[in-house]
Amino acid sequence: MTKDDSGVPERFGMTDREIEQALGRVKVPAVDYADLYFEYCQSESVSMEEGIVKRATKSIGQGVGVRATVGEKTGFAYSDELTPKDLNIAADTARYIADSGRGTEPVPVTQRPAVARDLYPHDRTDIEVATRDRVTLLNAIDVEARRYDPRIKNVMASYNTEYKVMLVATSDGLMVGDIQPLSRLQVTCIAEENGNRQIGTFGGGGRIGLEYFQQDRRYLQFAREAARGAILNLSAVDAPAGVMPVVLGGGWPGILLHEAIGHGLEADFNRKKTSAFSNLVGKQVASEVCTIVDDGTLPFRRGSLNVDDEGTPTSRTVLIERGILRGYITDKLNARLMGIPVTGNGRRESYQSVVLPRMTNTFMLAGESDPQDIIKSVKKGLYAVSFGGGQVDITNGKFVFSASEAYLIEDGQITKPVKGATLIGSGPEILKQVSMVGHDLKLDEGIGTCGKEGQSVPVGVGLPTIRIDEITVGGTKA
Amino acid sequence: MTRLIGEQDYTTVAQDLLTRAAKQGATAADVMVADGETLSVQVRMGAVDRLTKAREKRLGLRVFFGQRSASASTSDFSRDSLERFVAETCALAQAVVEDPVSGLPEPGQYAADFPDLNIHDPTKLQTDQQIDLALRAERAAFAADPRITNSEGAECDSSSGRIILANSHGFLGHYANSSFSLSVSPIASDAGGMQRDYWYGVDRAFAKLESPEAIGREATRRTVRKLGARKVPTCCAPVIFEAEVAGGLLGHLCGALSGYALYKGASFLIGQLGKQIAPDFVTIYDDGRMPGGLGTRPFDGEGLPTRKQAVVERGRLMSYLLDTYSGKKLGLPSTGNASRSIGESPSAGPTNFYMVPGTTRPEDILASVKQGLYVTDLIGFGINMVTGDYSRGASGFWIENGELAYPVEEITIAGNLTQMYANIEMIGTDLVFRGRIASPTVKLAEMTIAGN
Repeated sequence: MTKDDSGVPERFGMTDREIEQALGRVKVPAVDYADLYFEYCQSESVSMEEGIVKRATKSIGQGVGVRATVGEKTGFAYSDELTPKDLNIAADTARYIADSGRGTEPVPVTQRPAVARDLYPHDRTDIEVATRDRVTLLNAIDVEARRYDPRIKNVMASYNTEYKVMLVATSDGLMVGDIQPLSRLQVTCIAEENGNRQIGTFGGGGRIGLEYFQQDRRYLQFAREAARGAILNLSAVDAPAGVMPVVLGGGWPGILLHEAIGHGLEADFNRKKTSAFSNLVGKQVASEVCTIVDDGTLPFRRGSLNVDDEGTPTSRTVLIERGILRGYITDKLNARLMGIPVTGNGRRESYQSVVLPRMTNTFMLAGESDPQDIIKSVKKGLYAVSFGGGQVDITNGKFVFSASEAYLIEDGQITKPVKGATLIGSGPEILKQVSMVGHDLKLDEGIGTCGKEGQSVPVGVGLPTIRIDEITVGGTKA
Repeated sequence: MTRLIGEQDYTTVAQDLLTRAAKQGATAADVMVADGETLSVQVRMGAVDRLTKAREKRLGLRVFFGQRSASASTSDFSRDSLERFVAETCALAQAVVEDPVSGLPEPGQYAADFPDLNIHDPTKLQTDQQIDLALRAERAAFAADPRITNSEGAECDSSSGRIILANSHGFLGHYANSSFSLSVSPIASDAGGMQRDYWYGVDRAFAKLESPEAIGREATRRTVRKLGARKVPTCCAPVIFEAEVAGGLLGHLCGALSGYALYKGASFLIGQLGKQIAPDFVTIYDDGRMPGGLGTRPFDGEGLPTRKQAVVERGRLMSYLLDTYSGKKLGLPSTGNASRSIGESPSAGPTNFYMVPGTTRPEDILASVKQGLYVTDLIGFGINMVTGDYSRGASGFWIENGELAYPVEEITIAGNLTQMYANIEMIGTDLVFRGRIASPTVKLAEMTIAGN
């Protein structure tokens, strides 16, 4: 299959005419905007534990979601049957919100923009690579992790791939499709020594295929990194508790930006004025060394998309420029209601979910400090290089995230590894505490999944090494 | 009688798949079919925000070729595509490695009785009725206090569905269930900023759902009391978990007691069966047949009968949560806790999991603390199942001399789950099921609190 097939309604058993008629049925005069989102998604997962690849699962899903918006209201229905009859039933249900009879005039969907760029070109055969090749890769990971250190007692690894074909037809005359591959490899090791058991994990991926993991035998590096983390934690001491300076390493610690800033800048929360960042555009919300962007246009990244789920090409949006809050990330509904630009951040988990403004890849631009100098600047604090997950309450801006690899800094030197460190802070305050930004911007390995209103979507984050002057560290050692 | 016809249809589909799998060479197989319909209504600031209506169906097939197996699921039930689906699932099974422990449960173990467990209420709510319920709940929230200035809205959902499970050992079971829920999330503000909280009701029977007015008022009570929250100094102190968040402590226990976490060495409760893990006034049950329960079902994800069992009895760990596979790995029989989503192989999880209420009223537990923390909200994922290390963001109230003195936020509480269970000092009388896992108020002797 070529990329172009994604924009063809026949892919979903529909003709242009049938789609235009269904769209016309929803788009009565009272409806501001309507769209039909067709999706076919096939995913496969193989997993290994105890040295054998014993589980394989596959899932096939397809359907159509129909949406109508009237002012702030949204009517939504979906169907897993792709027939004109089911499409019409869904259209009538979605239109219920407009409190109006059905439309009769088809809505022409003639704009089919040629995809000017392809952020994740792929060969279909890479996606449909034999399960056996994945099995081989997982077996090699087991061997490599155990070889790393005899204290590695168990290795678990899983390889997930997804192949999604979407087609969206909108009442503003657009019909656009995309094929979105997504792969992720995850390795978990358990190390044991004298009854002390610890865990280490490492994973990565993106909108890429098996060849990415095979390149330079990257999958073996995943195995070694997971094993290293588990062994390191065997000697970890309890995390300190209290307020202290914290240095965040580059890459995945960018989850700080996602939780502390990103969610608070999603347009829906700001339109409803339920975000701690409401009304702060143009104000200083971070120190001058901070510039933060959301960028859906990075090739092969997990959070990237050629077009968002409303057919808008993704873009690079400056959220914070030298500490000043510049703007929000939007979908069509919120952009229209707020009178601000559409940024290409309208995303949905599947045809069964409504579109929400969501992040793509969110990161801070590189600064000028030498990462070594940043660590040397701390007398007593924490150096955190990897995290589990994070969460935020956008109303009061309070967020937390949990370190999976962190060290004490004593007199400017990295000393002992610590376990169980959780960082907690306030979104609108924390970036004012950033006093140094390294020149070493790194994007994460491709493991992020963001949850909002029960919908999960893949995202990316990134960060250079930064120094936060004061943040509360939640450990057990008071 | 359309419902019955539908059941027969899906039974035919399931048995047809088993036959096709056998023709492809599968030595055993099982099929799970689920369908359901949902109507979800969200209102905000007195107007409808979103209506979602859907009907969906999905089937999952698991095949065995001797000791090799694979699972797959699809939403496309057309004849041609199912033919391809069976072939692909069988091919997948032959690509993996033999696992000597894999297989269906032995004949003779399957559920034979299907009592009416009150988990299906046929009430069909109209769209306007659900809109009205949600609007009333939000209105009640605004009316309860002038400091409610905004809202994330109210939501009323109704859903009903069916599950059918059939396997090549001749087991065939099905049941229907339903759920009705109503929630509201008000936002309060004052000069110090905004706070939000929410309250909700959920039940399998519509008639048992709390009134929208009661839900709205409680949401507001919970929200306005958070205004003016501040940090507290870093310290060690007693911590009381409000019943709503105490359920989370039981949730972590379920995770650690899952047979899969145990045999992989990924649980801090390895080797604790029969040992004392909590004080002797702590008793915890898992009850798969509690009438009307949100975790109630006549049979588990493998077709084995559910039952009521003591997991912790007088502080002693009496049972893990096992399915056939994880049980075999640990040399134990299944406990009927196979939990399964369509198209996945089973895992092990709780049904209705709860701590037996104690004898102390929640207000008396509060009165027992001179200085400490009353936790009403937890955020973040700082739980390490392998070590039991626990560190999460918290908010709630500071307790002075047995009374709630002021709201607190932006702090963390940390400890280790092994010690936390051992440190349970008091259990409240206030057990209410608002989900599959429920707990009364629980007081822990001491935790580390990180703040200023």
